[in-house]
Amino acid sequence: MAQSLPATAIRPLRVPLPLWGLAIGALVWWIFTTPLWYSDPIRVDFSPERTFVALVQLLSTGAIVPHVIDSLRRVLVGLLAAIAIGVPLGILLGLSRPLDQATSALFQFIRMISPLSWMPIAVMVLGIGDLPVYFLLTIAAVWSLILNTSAGVAAVDRRWLLLSKSLCATQWETISRVIIPAIIPHLLTGVRLAIGIIWIVLVPAEMLGVSAGLGYYILDTRDRLAYSELMAVILIIGTIGYCLDTSLRVAYRRWAHQR
Amino acid sequence: MTQLPAAHSKADPYQIPTPTANSASKAMLLTVQQLQKDYQTRQGTFTAFTDINLQIHAGEVVCLLGASGCGKSSLLLTIAGLQSANQGEIFLQGDRLNVPHPQIGLVFQQAALLPWLTVWQNIAFGLQLKQMSQLSRSEVRSRISAAISSVHLQGFERAYPHQLSGGMAQRVALARSLARQPKLLLLDEPFSALDAITRLEMQKLLLAVIQQHHSTVLLVTHDIDEALLLGDRVLLMSRHPGRIHREWIVSQPKPRFQHAHLLTELRLEIFTELSTLISPDL
Ligand SMILES: Nc1ncnc2c1ncn2[C@@H]1O[C@H](COP(=O)(O)OP(=O)(O)O)[C@@H](O)[C@H]1O
Ligand SMILES: [Mg+2]
Repeated sequence: MAQSLPATAIRPLRVPLPLWGLAIGALVWWIFTTPLWYSDPIRVDFSPERTFVALVQLLSTGAIVPHVIDSLRRVLVGLLAAIAIGVPLGILLGLSRPLDQATSALFQFIRMISPLSWMPIAVMVLGIGDLPVYFLLTIAAVWSLILNTSAGVAAVDRRWLLLSKSLCATQWETISRVIIPAIIPHLLTGVRLAIGIIWIVLVPAEMLGVSAGLGYYILDTRDRLAYSELMAVILIIGTIGYCLDTSLRVAYRRWAHQR
Repeated sequence: MTQLPAAHSKADPYQIPTPTANSASKAMLLTVQQLQKDYQTRQGTFTAFTDINLQIHAGEVVCLLGASGCGKSSLLLTIAGLQSANQGEIFLQGDRLNVPHPQIGLVFQQAALLPWLTVWQNIAFGLQLKQMSQLSRSEVRSRISAAISSVHLQGFERAYPHQLSGGMAQRVALARSLARQPKLLLLDEPFSALDAITRLEMQKLLLAVIQQHHSTVLLVTHDIDEALLLGDRVLLMSRHPGRIHREWIVSQPKPRFQHAHLLTELRLEIFTELSTLISPDL
């Protein structure tokens, strides 16, 4: 009887659901671009078949590698700058209610400005090159770090603070040995959100007068009318972003499990 | 021994002479004078306790007994320097106290262990602060292992708090205090979150620890039996606001677990007093 079969009996045949989603996405992409039934030369350049060839080429010649490295370097610098600014500020705000209240409207206001709107100002003030890109990435990412850190500090168990005080710990000892370890899960969430935002802002930011990087490469392929290469770079961007996010999710789970 | 000559009571605690910070009170480990604590609430000023006078000799175990909400924890936190008093003074060996003192150890009802540290590291936490920086590494290590063995947790040094039972966690909290070798140990209902059997185990362990370390203890409890088994003196607290209502001296030798029947008379007396205190009309 088919209906009396336990659900587990048919499990081994199943493809994981996320793979289904990816497969359907690829199928839709293929249906709308394949050279099998389209003859428009520009349209078929976007097809999976051509993209795959371009991707293999990009990877085998290593032409894309310096651009990936440049982009990752900018992500790292932007993230470190955002952490260096956001975490201490977040701790300060979490510790001081008046300071938190004084800055909350200001921060919510600035946070709502798309980081890309800073572009012209960034170029005017910082010129052309890496600096304005770093600035854009930092200002895009710093808010999620500030907000997550201060929320983490506010959620620290009051008994731990009382304990620390009863042991005559100094203010700095309480911060470094109780508060910072206690907010690590919040910090990891903040870093994960920050990387997501940085990765999204990176590509348009790299269209800003730099001569390397994935965003630059996208513009470059457009100018060369190399659309299959453009699609290949888009795939690379998506893959790297996915990997960054997954690694942080794993780190978060590791930490959460350990306690 | 069928009689209980050991237990006698002081009917009027207000006749205890008020101590002053003179040489006589220096012989006391802890002296509390006219202590009062008010909380500001939305309904106005709420007095948690008032008119608290208390003296504890070195080596004494004093149990503070009272219904919940009568201000026991507030009093303990104030003595520990974690909140300031609105009136009155506290002296530790003649020195005025108003901030946390390294020679006072505090154990809460919940163990309050840091979940990212192992048992060993949790105990080490209290020894690695700047306050204790005069300790050498080897001394820190030997103090931690001594503390671990006095609460019988050998073999669990590397365990994390989430791997411990409630009783074990509370033993770590006790060890964390012991390792600092405090002159005065303040315990706030340390076993009330545990089941009856674990609690008895912990009371025995605490008694052994007290005798081993010659500790001076102020133990807050709402359990008459706990007070009778462990205390040299039992203070009964009344509420609204909290005051020390009456005091009994229990001079029967410890451990008393095997001779609990000798305490029945005193137990009944305290029980009667407590029940008239919480609802005098019924
Ligand atoms: N921080 C505080 N602010 C206002 N009221 C408090 C505060 N802490 C305790 N209280 C009140 O003081 C009274 C005594 O509390 P507590 O000392 O915890 O009693 P106990 O430990 O004897 O149960 C309670 O009525 C409680 O609501
Ligand atoms: Mg209490």
